Amino acid sequence: MGYILRKVVLFIITLWAAITLVFILPRLMPGSPVDAALGKLASAGVPITNAERAAIEAQLGAPHTSLLAQYGDYWNSIATLRFGTSYSFPSQTVAHTIGVALPWTVFLVGTTTVLAFIIGTLLGVYAGWHRAKLADSSVTIGATFFGAFPPFWLGLLLLYWLSFKYGWFPIKGGYDPGTTPNWSLSFVGDALYHSVLPGLTLAITTLSGWVFGMRNNMINTLGEDYVTFAEANGLRSRTVAMLYAARNALLPNVTAFGLALGALIGGTVLVEGVYSYPGVGNLLYLAVTNHDFPLMQALFLVITLSMLVAIFIVDLLYVRLDPRVRSST
Amino acid sequence: MSIIATPVPPPEAPGAAARVPSGHASAVPGPLRFIGRALRTLWSNGKARAGLIILGIIILVAIFAPVLAPHSPAATTFTPYLGSSGTNWLGTTGNGQDVFSQLIYGARVSLIVGLCAGALATLVAATFGLISGYRPGLVDEVLSFVTNLALVVPGLPLMIVLTAYIQGHSVWTIVLVVAFTSWATGARVIRSQVKTLRAREFVTSAVFSGERLFRVAFREILPNMTSLVAASFFAAATAAVLAEASLEFLGLGDPATVSWGTILYAAQQQNALLTGQWLMVLAPGLAIVLLMVSFTLINFGIDALSNPRLREK
Amino acid sequence: MALLEAHGVNVVYEPSRGTRIWSVRDVDLTLEQGEFVGLVGESGCGKSTLGFALTRMLRPPARLTSGTIRFAGTDIAGLDGEQLRRARRNGFALVLQSGMNALNPVRDIEHHFGDILKAHAVPGEDVSAAGIRRRGTELLEAVRLDPAVLSRFPHELSGGMRQRVSIALALSLQPQMIVFDEPTTALDVIVQQAVIGTIKELQRERGFTAILISHDLGIVLESTDRVMVMYAGRIVEDQPARAMARGLHHPYTEALLDCYDDPRAEEVRLGGIPGTPPDLSAPNTGCSYTPRCPLAEDICRQQDPPLFPLEAGRAACHVRARAARVEEEAGRAR
Repeated sequence: MGYILRKVVLFIITLWAAITLVFILPRLMPGSPVDAALGKLASAGVPITNAERAAIEAQLGAPHTSLLAQYGDYWNSIATLRFGTSYSFPSQTVAHTIGVALPWTVFLVGTTTVLAFIIGTLLGVYAGWHRAKLADSSVTIGATFFGAFPPFWLGLLLLYWLSFKYGWFPIKGGYDPGTTPNWSLSFVGDALYHSVLPGLTLAITTLSGWVFGMRNNMINTLGEDYVTFAEANGLRSRTVAMLYAARNALLPNVTAFGLALGALIGGTVLVEGVYSYPGVGNLLYLAVTNHDFPLMQALFLVITLSMLVAIFIVDLLYVRLDPRVRSST
Repeated sequence: MSIIATPVPPPEAPGAAARVPSGHASAVPGPLRFIGRALRTLWSNGKARAGLIILGIIILVAIFAPVLAPHSPAATTFTPYLGSSGTNWLGTTGNGQDVFSQLIYGARVSLIVGLCAGALATLVAATFGLISGYRPGLVDEVLSFVTNLALVVPGLPLMIVLTAYIQGHSVWTIVLVVAFTSWATGARVIRSQVKTLRAREFVTSAVFSGERLFRVAFREILPNMTSLVAASFFAAATAAVLAEASLEFLGLGDPATVSWGTILYAAQQQNALLTGQWLMVLAPGLAIVLLMVSFTLINFGIDALSNPRLREK
Repeated sequence: MALLEAHGVNVVYEPSRGTRIWSVRDVDLTLEQGEFVGLVGESGCGKSTLGFALTRMLRPPARLTSGTIRFAGTDIAGLDGEQLRRARRNGFALVLQSGMNALNPVRDIEHHFGDILKAHAVPGEDVSAAGIRRRGTELLEAVRLDPAVLSRFPHELSGGMRQRVSIALALSLQPQMIVFDEPTTALDVIVQQAVIGTIKELQRERGFTAILISHDLGIVLESTDRVMVMYAGRIVEDQPARAMARGLHHPYTEALLDCYDDPRAEEVRLGGIPGTPPDLSAPNTGCSYTPRCPLAEDICRQQDPPLFPLEAGRAACHVRARAARVEEEAGRAR
């Protein structure tokens, strides 16, 4: 119980710190993001209500108000989900824009993570168990090579060969442009079809992290006494490899999940951009290209918080995996 | 029953007891000799050797770019949007520049940014790690918390946001931003190693024999951490190359410099894939991959040096 | 037929960086069913390596370069893979140095037993959950542990308890021989006594052949029937335990015995052995102990002594052997 409590407290503190960090960023940077944002909206002829103006200032900075007051306004604007007006989507609230895109990203990242984790871990176990033999070398070299692929580059190549040249997959988007999102089977099927290439791209580029981590852990675990003892007691190789070595080697990988997720999210931004997949990564891509600061600021907050939540969930799951932590105080 | 219970730790290899443990290395060898020895050891590892060769080639290309590139990378003398031909092996950009020459010159920027950002990130990581691991208590708690926070904030989005807010983009902006976002992983690794080393007997005995803390940190702990710091550096450099390319691809790079990432940005802007200029996409990406792979391969060698279990047979 | 007959066992240690080391040199060993043997020597003498070699647990960079190891009539040195795995049931078992780390942290004790029992199950044997629990309880009680331990995880047990669990797990193989590699080194003195006591009782009750490897001569003398002393990869002395307390021995053995004294005596005198153990990376001529031996003569430097008869057993010492021969002839002459 002590472990869980500690993790909850840590989560809350980190949450607070992250939100504060996001508050500080636009106020710290040279140049004035708030003026840039207001200026851009004005030149595009987008009308701003006073409430919107206040929200934008709360997010990006109000040079004439005290920092403390700004901090209060900032929290207020988050609580009321007022993030200002987006230059790219002036007719919607920022919250709505993000809200529509978020589920797509969660779906993409979720499935990709699970796939990459499972395949990467298994490959890592395989490589570690057959260390220094051909199996290990080929997996290692392969993972090194493919892991170095910039996600956007791989995305472009796959897009070119599989979509453009051979037409096996759609060229862009999350779903057929003519349809509206709904829960019908045909739409879900279509959505899945559109997510294959982005998912594949992300999975391939993030796979190597899991492979190496697991391989190294396996090699270290294989030197442990309990593996030797298991072999001395005549357990079958598969039992030793999976239940004694891999099961323990898995643990540091899980704790490192947070780091892996960061890389995955970075990749998501690039991949969604390349495929115009309607997730928050694509929004960030658009926001950057358009210098759309209110949208960018809100996206950054949402992405950071999502990552914190995901890490927190994994931390809680860890308790199921490691009995030593279950009984610790 | 045993009276003499001298706790001799069982040696790693039988027969190793024959070697009486001498006092550890008295003088740290001269830096050049050290680097020479390091290179020789790395060379003996197959993967590291391949990495060193690839890196060497890229460095040579960067140095001899003026000689190797058939044209000036900025010269807009060619017909734009051409596919590959005899004069322009990789085609031309929308401004009529030769992509192949850009590729050659691009090596400079990618190398410099990768190495500099990696070095800067490692420097920050080592400082944080050393201080945090060495002084338990409040200092450690605070520094660790900051490190963990930096780890939790997603890297690329942070870089994007920082670069976007800093509205002038030069190569050095990218170096700073990349370094700022990637020091945390190394810091955590270095911190845990420092903590382990600090608890070891030779440090305690050095402290007891009156050596000042600062000297202990540098003479006793740091030399044992070289391979770890080196590994951190190459890992950071790998990440830096990727980060830089990603930022440039998103249009956050310096419009005046040519690098592999900016070539890809241009390619995307002009829909190179759809117009058949796929070489313009393939070549710079492949170059980025090779540079990153070379760093990673070298790191395999370093890993094998420090962890005997990982050594190749 | 002796249970274990090992001839010419040589083990080399070949790290990828660094020199080759011959850690076990030309060892011959014969053990009868039911013997309780102690294998004693300082760190690095090769005793653990020998123990691992006899149970076919050597791993790279260590390698058995030559020798036969006949266990219950079968040459196990040539076995591999599935054959070797099966041979461990009713065969030879190994209990590791520290129970501390010998158990899988993420599996409870009941599953530890289950894994072994299922791995060696023969048709007709009950390896259901109930059957495993029954066997597990039996074995835990045999090592004087509460059956409640079955539902515990390793980290919830003390060092002594973990060591006992290791022994119980080895026993589940119903082995004819168990090698105990430094079973008490990581434990404090009182727990040491308890664990050694349990091992002795078990050996008496079940009659398996036991090899107790330790650098602690005291423990070995207390619990075993027969003591073998190793030095520099060779067995240099082989005596019944009761013969060790007095009489003449190999100079190394005598030096070891000299390291002990009664702490309650008026004056406590502790000996030591000058010099350092030899470098095992080079083949040697002559007796390895020569540089440190107070009795060393020319022949010692030239000829490596085999195990000559001495007292109630054997010792590899030219000088002692010659003295014993002279004494015997003098005795016959009288």
